[in-house]
Amino acid sequence: MLAKRIIPCLDVKDGRVVKGTNFEGLRDMADPVEMARFYNESGADELVFYDITASVEGRNLFTDILRRVASEIFIPLTVGGGIRTLEDFDRVLKCGADKVSVNSGAIADPSIIAAAAKKYGDQCVVLSMDVKRVDGQFRLFAKGGREDTGIDAMEWAVRGVADGAGEIVLNSIDTDGVQQGFDLEMLDALAQRVHVPIIASGGAGKREDFAELFTHPGIDAGLAASIFHTRQVDIKELKRYLRSQGVEMRI
Amino acid sequence: MIAIVDYGVGNLFSLVSSLKALGLEAEVTGDASRLRAADRIILPGVGAFGDARRKLDDTGLVPVIREEAEKKPLLGICLGMQLLFDRSFEYGEHPGLGLVPGQVVDLRRDLTDQTLKVPHMGWNSLRIIQDDPLFRHVRDGEYVYYVHSFYARDCAESTLAASRYGNVAVTGVVRRGNVYGTQFHPEKSGDTGLRLLRAFAEL
Repeated sequence: MLAKRIIPCLDVKDGRVVKGTNFEGLRDMADPVEMARFYNESGADELVFYDITASVEGRNLFTDILRRVASEIFIPLTVGGGIRTLEDFDRVLKCGADKVSVNSGAIADPSIIAAAAKKYGDQCVVLSMDVKRVDGQFRLFAKGGREDTGIDAMEWAVRGVADGAGEIVLNSIDTDGVQQGFDLEMLDALAQRVHVPIIASGGAGKREDFAELFTHPGIDAGLAASIFHTRQVDIKELKRYLRSQGVEMRI
Repeated sequence: MIAIVDYGVGNLFSLVSSLKALGLEAEVTGDASRLRAADRIILPGVGAFGDARRKLDDTGLVPVIREEAEKKPLLGICLGMQLLFDRSFEYGEHPGLGLVPGQVVDLRRDLTDQTLKVPHMGWNSLRIIQDDPLFRHVRDGEYVYYVHSFYARDCAESTLAASRYGNVAVTGVVRRGNVYGTQFHPEKSGDTGLRLLRAFAEL
C-alpha cells in the first residue's frame, strides 16, 4: 500500500529559507540547497518550496536554487508561491519541479487550475488553501492568510478538484504555528468532500501529532516547516516512530 | 551513451540529472542515428496514452525503436512503459508498440475498494517476483514513487515486480528480452531509483 508521506516545507525569500509563526515575524534559517540535501538524507518523502519573494531578482534566485536542488535530489519537488499563469507553471517545471501549487493565483483566476491540468496533467496541479473558521464556516483566505475571501473553503476545494487539481494542501490558519496538533476537524471535513490526496499543514509540534493525524484514513501526508528546520522533530526518528505505531512509512 | 527519446512528452530535467548524478552520459534526442549509436535507450513519458502515441509516431522513430530494442537494453518509464504494451484503454482504445504482451487499463476498473484514491500517487513498496540483473542493487520491498491512473495487466509472464494497492497488484517492473519498463519513476524514487538506473546502465 501507499506509505503516508512526511513533507518538510521550505519558504524561500531572497535565496534563504525562512519560516515565521502565524505568517508573521519571519526568521532566517538556512541555505535551501543545504537543507534540501539534509532532508533528502533524513528520509523526507517530498519537498515543498514556497517562493515568498516579490522581486524579479528574488524570483531568479529562486529558480536558480530550484534547479540546483532538482539536479541532485531525486524525490518529488512541489513548488508554490506567486504562481498565477501557465508561464509560471512552465518556468518552475523547467527547473525540475514535479508539481506546482497554486493558492492566491487560483483565487484571482480560477481558470488557471483547469488550464494547467489540461496542459500538464492533474497530478501536476496542487491546490493549496489557507483556511480559518469564521462565523462557523471554514473560510478561504488569500494573500498568505491575510485576506478573508468570503468563499466557503470546502466548496472551493470541490470546485478545484472538479477542475483538475490532483492534490490539496490544507493549511489551517487556526492551528498554524501553535504546535498543538493538526486541525483534524477541518481535515476530516475536507476528506469527506474530495477524493484526491490531502496534505495536512499547520499545527504539528511533536511526533504524536503525526501519529494522530494518520489515524484519519483520508489524510495522505503531513507537512511542516519550523519543527523540522529547528530539529525539534527529526524526520528519521519521526518515521521510525510512526512505523512502530503501525503507520506505513518509507524508511 | 544512454539516449533518452525526445518526442515532446514530459519533463526530462530529473531524468537527465539523475543519470548525470550517476556519472552516466545521457543525451535527449529525437535523432534516429543517435538512437542507433547509443548503447541504451530510455523511453520516457507522462500524460495521456493516445496523445503520446501520436507524438511518438510523428517523430518517425517507432521503427528505429523496434529495431534497436532487439540489440540493446531499452527502458520505458511510466507512460513510456505503458507504450511498450499491445494496447491501452485510456480514453478509447489505442495500439501500443507491442514489445511486451499485455494491456493498459484503468486502475479504477479493477479496484474493489472505491475509497482508494486514483491516481495511485506516492511511495509504494516494490515486491520482487522474478529476480533480474536490474535488481542487482535493490532489495525486495524498497519504496518507489508512482504517479498514474492506468496500469498494465495480463502481463504476468513479463512481470518482474509489483506493488500492492488495495486488491490490485500494480505492475511495477516488466521485462521481455532487452525491453524493460517501470511504472514508477526511478528518477524520483530517491536512492532506490538511482540504484535501479545504475543497474540498467550495467546491463
